[in-house]
Amino acid sequence: MTTQQSDSVDSPDEGRVVLDPADITRALTRISHEILERNKGAGDLVLLGIPTRGVQLAHRIAERIAAVEGMDVPVGALDITMYRDDLRQQPTRGPAPTQIPEGGIDGKTVVLVDDVLYSGRSVRAALDAMNDLGRPAVVRLAVLVDRGHRELPIRADHVGKNLPSSRSERVMVRLAEVDGYDEVRIAGRPQ
Amino acid sequence: MTRHLLSAADLTRDDIADLFATAAQMHEVQHRDVKKLPALRGRTVINLFFEDSTRTRSSFEIAGKWLSADTINITGKGSSASKGESLRDTVLTICAMGVDALVMRHGASGAAHQVSQWVDAAVINAGDGTHEHPSQALLDAYTLQRHLGDLEGRRVVIVGDLTHSRVFRSNAIMLRTLGAEVIAVAPPTLMPSGISTWAAADGLEISYDLDEQLPKADAVMMLRVQRERMSGGYFPSPREYTVGYGLTRDRLRTLGDTVPICHPGPMNRGLEIAADAADAASSVILEQVSAGVAVRMAILYHLLSGDGSSS
Repeated sequence: MTTQQSDSVDSPDEGRVVLDPADITRALTRISHEILERNKGAGDLVLLGIPTRGVQLAHRIAERIAAVEGMDVPVGALDITMYRDDLRQQPTRGPAPTQIPEGGIDGKTVVLVDDVLYSGRSVRAALDAMNDLGRPAVVRLAVLVDRGHRELPIRADHVGKNLPSSRSERVMVRLAEVDGYDEVRIAGRPQ
Repeated sequence: MTRHLLSAADLTRDDIADLFATAAQMHEVQHRDVKKLPALRGRTVINLFFEDSTRTRSSFEIAGKWLSADTINITGKGSSASKGESLRDTVLTICAMGVDALVMRHGASGAAHQVSQWVDAAVINAGDGTHEHPSQALLDAYTLQRHLGDLEGRRVVIVGDLTHSRVFRSNAIMLRTLGAEVIAVAPPTLMPSGISTWAAADGLEISYDLDEQLPKADAVMMLRVQRERMSGGYFPSPREYTVGYGLTRDRLRTLGDTVPICHPGPMNRGLEIAADAADAASSVILEQVSAGVAVRMAILYHLLSGDGSSS
């Protein structure tokens, strides 16, 4: 699943760069504008990032929305560890914090933010997790990279980059807040 | 982490850190409207208690339920054990039904360890005689860490009936693993025999003078005087015990209002702890209970999720 892909600790210069820092900035700016256009402003908007890097992306989108609309959008984190469907197929992983902004998500337009959309299983888990926390009016999905290979009927509303990939390839997202630099890289052999 | 949780010594400092990190997230779930996570859906946890318990059993039961495991309680009284069935037959019968974890309390020291060799299920020791009670030590250390931060070098004074206390044994081991200084305080009759060998090996301090230790303490842990395990003769009278080793109103004054006071419960108010101390602002006794659920959720999650390989 996506976190597994982006967390892999391969040599940093393996594969090729598909998004450089400027590309990432442009993609996030466009996503921010798309969200505002779709929502007709920043009213009732809540951004929930999926840990780890989805949370950083959500904060960056909120900064851009604040710059455009002059309005602070609540940002939170939605951990999906306990809702994954592969808990029994992987070594035990510890959960990350879930943090729902004050005001909750009931009746709000929630935009889920993640780094990579792949099988869609993380998003399925996120929808389940959200179900236990409240009832948003609308849920949308924003991702930095959509690499295809969906295993569930899930699609993103806002995509930074569509990246055709092979299943044998790995997509690695690096963000300055976590990794010290911004970059999206693809590595491995295309089939 | 190991497959079972039988002793506080089963856990390394890293294991404890992992469990505490998970417990902190579980603590947050405790304050939600919907207290349910699907992580252990379809798994079965049996609480097998041959000794009385309120908080340990109910908190393991709540922990299992909040993680969506099916949790069933079996007590010694009212089970086939009271008809003379052996422990081995009882646990094999229960496990034949298809059980993933067995949370067990038994009056015999080493019972959980013995059972872990008979069954495939993960065995969690919820108290075996006067031996160990690792989940209690975890929740005590978790509570202390929330108040004191890193426990490295902090002085934790453990006072009470140490001879009969499994809570003391597990706490001493776990607090030492976490780098804390452990000071064992008890009247000579309630100090475990042979503790000096253990103290020398694990770096425990032994003291018979509570008043000397209190001013230097970063935390105090009062343990219950276990009347049910005593056939008398350990101290002349309850009054005398209180004068020497109880956390009285006067001692509470010495302690000040910032040193956390723990007690694993159930308390004998007026014997080992005065009501003023139990209800003081610095008392963390109810926090321990609430942490108990979060920590036990973390234990069940770490033992029952995953593919069996270490993380």
